[in-house]
Amino acid sequence: MPPAMSTMAWLPSPPDFRRALKSALENGRIEERVEALVALAQFRLDFVETIQLDSALARTLAVFPSATSSAKMPRIRLGLLASATVDHLLPAVRVAALRRRMLIDPYVGGFGQYRAELLEPASGLRRFAPDVILFSLGWRDFLGGVPLAATADEAHRAVANAMAELRTLWRQARESLHALVIQQSFLDVTEPLFGSYELSVSGSPASLVSRLNMQLAEAVAGEGGLLLDIARASARDGLGTWFDIARWLQAKIEVAPQAAPLYGELVARLLAAQRGQSRKCLVLDLDNTLWGGVVGDVGLEGIVLGEGSAAGEAHLALQRYARSLAERGIILAVCSKNESGIVEEAFRDHPEMLLRRSDIAAFLVNWQDKAENLRTIAQRLNIGLDSLVFIDDNPAERARVRESLPMVAVPELPDDPAHYVRCIADAGYFEAVSFTNEDRQRVEQYAANSEREALRDTMQSMDDFLRSLDMSVEYGPVSALDVPRVTQLINKTNQFNTTTRRFSSEEISAFASDPRNIALQFRLLDRFGDNGLVSVMLLSGRMDDPAVLEVVNWVMSCRVFGRQLEDEALNIAVEAARAKGFGQLRAELITTKKNAVIRDLFAGLGFAPAGASGAADTTHWSLDLRGHEPRPTFIHRGASA
Amino acid sequence: MTDQEILAIFTRILRDLLADDAISLDMATTRADVPGWDSFIYVTFIAAAEMQLGIRFRVADVESFAKVGDIVAGAHKLLTK
Repeated sequence: MPPAMSTMAWLPSPPDFRRALKSALENGRIEERVEALVALAQFRLDFVETIQLDSALARTLAVFPSATSSAKMPRIRLGLLASATVDHLLPAVRVAALRRRMLIDPYVGGFGQYRAELLEPASGLRRFAPDVILFSLGWRDFLGGVPLAATADEAHRAVANAMAELRTLWRQARESLHALVIQQSFLDVTEPLFGSYELSVSGSPASLVSRLNMQLAEAVAGEGGLLLDIARASARDGLGTWFDIARWLQAKIEVAPQAAPLYGELVARLLAAQRGQSRKCLVLDLDNTLWGGVVGDVGLEGIVLGEGSAAGEAHLALQRYARSLAERGIILAVCSKNESGIVEEAFRDHPEMLLRRSDIAAFLVNWQDKAENLRTIAQRLNIGLDSLVFIDDNPAERARVRESLPMVAVPELPDDPAHYVRCIADAGYFEAVSFTNEDRQRVEQYAANSEREALRDTMQSMDDFLRSLDMSVEYGPVSALDVPRVTQLINKTNQFNTTTRRFSSEEISAFASDPRNIALQFRLLDRFGDNGLVSVMLLSGRMDDPAVLEVVNWVMSCRVFGRQLEDEALNIAVEAARAKGFGQLRAELITTKKNAVIRDLFAGLGFAPAGASGAADTTHWSLDLRGHEPRPTFIHRGASA
Repeated sequence: MTDQEILAIFTRILRDLLADDAISLDMATTRADVPGWDSFIYVTFIAAAEMQLGIRFRVADVESFAKVGDIVAGAHKLLTK
């Protein structure tokens, strides 16, 4: 049996939880204490330990309210509207958020009072002003009155009415509270009346719940919200792990305490994904991970891989899963202590190898320390170490990497490779809130990138390299079709992101259609292919000074850093600004832990410092458009929309 | 498992849930004697006790336990079944 998802077995077990918690709380240095609590959140904790860690966090924040700003952790105000008891889920949500360096300030609406909480002007929820509202509702609230004998028409109409009611709630949350909506799918806690015939009866409770859940994903996405699909997640272990009738009878608890840590984890995954903090790259070990056996010892013929042996198929299944992740836009890398010659040979010549060398964007096969190699991988791919997931069968290597690079996710793999895929899938490192064309093409783009790098190595100078790339930029205003990718790029980009202001897709649409604003998108093409939509600039006319255009945010994909696109994008922005009669560009740069790469961006582009504001992490810049000369680049202008 | 061992486990659970290592339980303790041990924490406590001891109380019994000693006796009965 693979470990149940609800045990969260991909997280390592804590050595001595109580003692570790005690020593964390005794630490008088606030930064160190918060870091110790974050470290404890990386372990596998049962629901009682989760409550303990949460209360330690609460006590720490009560004594040191400034702890979070010094730890640079975002605070998210989460309103929970529920028709069941959810108080026991809050510690789990907060601990799972802490695992990702986020802090949750929760508000729980009155039991079953979600309509009043949303509608009444002086409700507790409205005064709380949540950033996010999570709807955790039971199916009976909406469909409890449908008779078993309902005709198909009646049942469908009842579900349609339920969806309409939900939509009204979401719109209320979004439009009048300006909150991101998360709708939880409905747990099918119904007991069968007909057996396998259940879904053939339109009015059966199971039919109603299943129809409701089927329509939910599309409906909530259509309203700009996110789905928390606990119905699907609970099917991984079975409903018995999630719902316990005794708890329902005792305290109207729908999600059982044992499932609370996983519930919190699923919520935090969604919140992190929405903020662009999901992992981006799967780093694979080779021996006894991607194939069975040690290739250096047993040779190409000796490794266990592929059809014909159950163990060989297990390793093949991991390769297949990695390939599917790559098709989803996840970058693949290899980090292995091996002779690179024989490994290249295995990739090239082994008939059962599914992954090709060209699927791997960074290939670190040597005898160096793996932590060092992981650093190199992050550097080469231009992503943060906290974007990496490292898969290794060797517990010693895992422990070593966790110790020296705690920001890298390193799952505890089950003993049997047959369960590797399930473990990685359950761990949910790559939680997504969209799937764009850029995601679909990322594999080719990274393959093209390694060709570009090979070309750079042969060139004498950077100018020669850039000229030989034969680059062109396609650009234009952000159109309705661009909105999903533009939203994703803004929210996922942490490095080249001038203000780290995040936007929902509605906000982007609204911004782009406001005549005071200019929203520009840029695609970069070169002789190796199309890099896709890689940069967005949001510019807004200032109310107080009609001559000034403000750079509200500017993001660029790390794949195209240093290719002069920043210069050409500025040239294009200047033209657009002049065309609308603006005389000056203003920008601010809000420094974060992750955007050091653009610290000198505006100075480098010819902006002048423009005074200071109160915030120490913010610098202000201005560019006078009169007399400003276009910056020279090797980028041609392509089609402009 | 002896009643004293069960009592020690219960004490540990309640201390963890209420983040208070000063809590001390004996057979005569009632919920009213322990600040914070409300009906919600009681259900959480029961869930934790069931998980750690690998038992399931009957819903009716959980409702009728008046003193810690009753819960210990209930657990004892299930453990020796």
